[in-house]
Amino acid sequence: MPSALLCVKNLSVHFGGLKAVDDVSFELGAGEILGLLGPNGAGKTTCFNAISGVYPPTSGEILYDGRRANGTPPHGMAKLGVGRTFQIVHPFVGLSARENVIVALGGDHYRGALWRSLASWKKRSIADEADEILRTVGLLDMADRRVGQMPIGNLRRVEIARALALRPRLLLLDESFSGLHHSEILHIEGLVRHIRDTGVSVLLIEHNMKVAMALSDRVVVLDHGRKLAEGLPSEVSSNPAVIEAYLGRGGSGNAA
Amino acid sequence: MDYFATVATIIVIQAIAACGLNVIVGYAGQISLGHAAFFGIGAYASAMLTTKAGLTFWQALPISLLISMSLGFLLGLPSLRVREDFLAITTIGINFIVEAVFVYTPFFGGALGLGGIPRVAVFGSRLGNSQFLALCAVFLAITLMICRQFTRTWMGLACFAVRENETAASSMGISPVRAKLSAFVLGTGMAGLSGALYAHYARFISAGDFGFPISISMLSMVVLGGMGTLAGPLLGALIIGVLPEVFRSLMDYRMFLYSMLLLLMIRFQPGGLLGEQSAAAGLLKGILNRRRASSA
Repeated sequence: MPSALLCVKNLSVHFGGLKAVDDVSFELGAGEILGLLGPNGAGKTTCFNAISGVYPPTSGEILYDGRRANGTPPHGMAKLGVGRTFQIVHPFVGLSARENVIVALGGDHYRGALWRSLASWKKRSIADEADEILRTVGLLDMADRRVGQMPIGNLRRVEIARALALRPRLLLLDESFSGLHHSEILHIEGLVRHIRDTGVSVLLIEHNMKVAMALSDRVVVLDHGRKLAEGLPSEVSSNPAVIEAYLGRGGSGNAA
Repeated sequence: MDYFATVATIIVIQAIAACGLNVIVGYAGQISLGHAAFFGIGAYASAMLTTKAGLTFWQALPISLLISMSLGFLLGLPSLRVREDFLAITTIGINFIVEAVFVYTPFFGGALGLGGIPRVAVFGSRLGNSQFLALCAVFLAITLMICRQFTRTWMGLACFAVRENETAASSMGISPVRAKLSAFVLGTGMAGLSGALYAHYARFISAGDFGFPISISMLSMVVLGGMGTLAGPLLGALIIGVLPEVFRSLMDYRMFLYSMLLLLMIRFQPGGLLGEQSAAAGLLKGILNRRRASSA
């Protein structure tokens, strides 16, 4: 794939003796949705944290847009255009939904010259920009509501809205469907497709197999920190090694 | 009148410092137990500059502010890299170190302190007690305006984000260290201003005026009034400033009372008197509503 936006090469993240991610490689093309799957403890979130700059890789390389991104702090990755959501939602609970989005609109105001960071964020144009993003995720009618009082489905959308406000080229979605009911899942599925159609690459971690298989162009399966399989959803779901990782040896069930 | 002016002046001066602490604790969510150190740095800077270098209060003020903010920057830089409980310990350490430097350095007057600090003069005439109170009130108003303005800047918003969730804030493009540091520098600048005013109010200062207990009482003001609110520190400074005047006999138990107050507030009213879900504000509203209902 010549136009890979993200290229993970032999990535390892070790915590002491624990090899959370061990020699994992994959690529993500521009405008692609790649599913990162695997049972609990497979190293999916650690992989995400390495890509988004939370943990420095123990070894290996993360190339973003052709540049080595190892050790770039999370705010540096955000600047490069990597937006992310969290498995356990991390909303700014004391702020309204609109303010949550505005935080991510700050961009260059948080860097460089001091006087830029002393400009005001309480402007009509900025609020409008945030509202536009809230409209995309379907939360416009709750823009003034405090995020602390919102149910999980809305929080997941707030997180996606915040990530979108960074104008990302790569969106990392960490289980953005978990804890949601069916209609919400359908809504976010549509949203993710819409985001991809605007040219954003999406890397998603998902436990809900039906969702992951339907949404992903390709999937990478991790188990115990290592890459187990990679390919089209249909290929991977019939891969015996994958079925074994999910259901155990001797299981005759259907992973999908 | 003089008694009133004296008590009111100290309350206003402490309110300025409490506003500064509120920027650090309330806006940026970084616990500081060493705010009195920067209060002291401002006081000593202004005292030294006016008594030894012969400057006027007005010439010394910008330099004192610069000194307290620079030291706030230097001491904040390593401190703000650690999280929560470690930051509390580090800031306590800063308080004790700064106090020790004042006590053990002859240059700063040592244990004897610094005396002979001139009164503040405006257009050549020295201010009387009530005029000085008015001057302090003007500075408090400016401080409050700056606080209010800060919440409207991107850096202020970044501080809120860091307070709410540091991990999420950093993945929104915010450098947490930079956000915390700007709150810290602004807060220590306000402490410095408060200290400078205090030096010219007391006209004699010694290291004991800026010890750890003062930091605790400043934190009590912020927590009592409402962390992160604009007027909270003001109300807190008022209550904590007036209480010892009313209950002089309880002076010896002051620290005990502050600690109790802090514990009870954090347990039952973490938002403070003016904060969210405040029982006091709710009660007041309830009474007002009932009055309105009965008069209608």
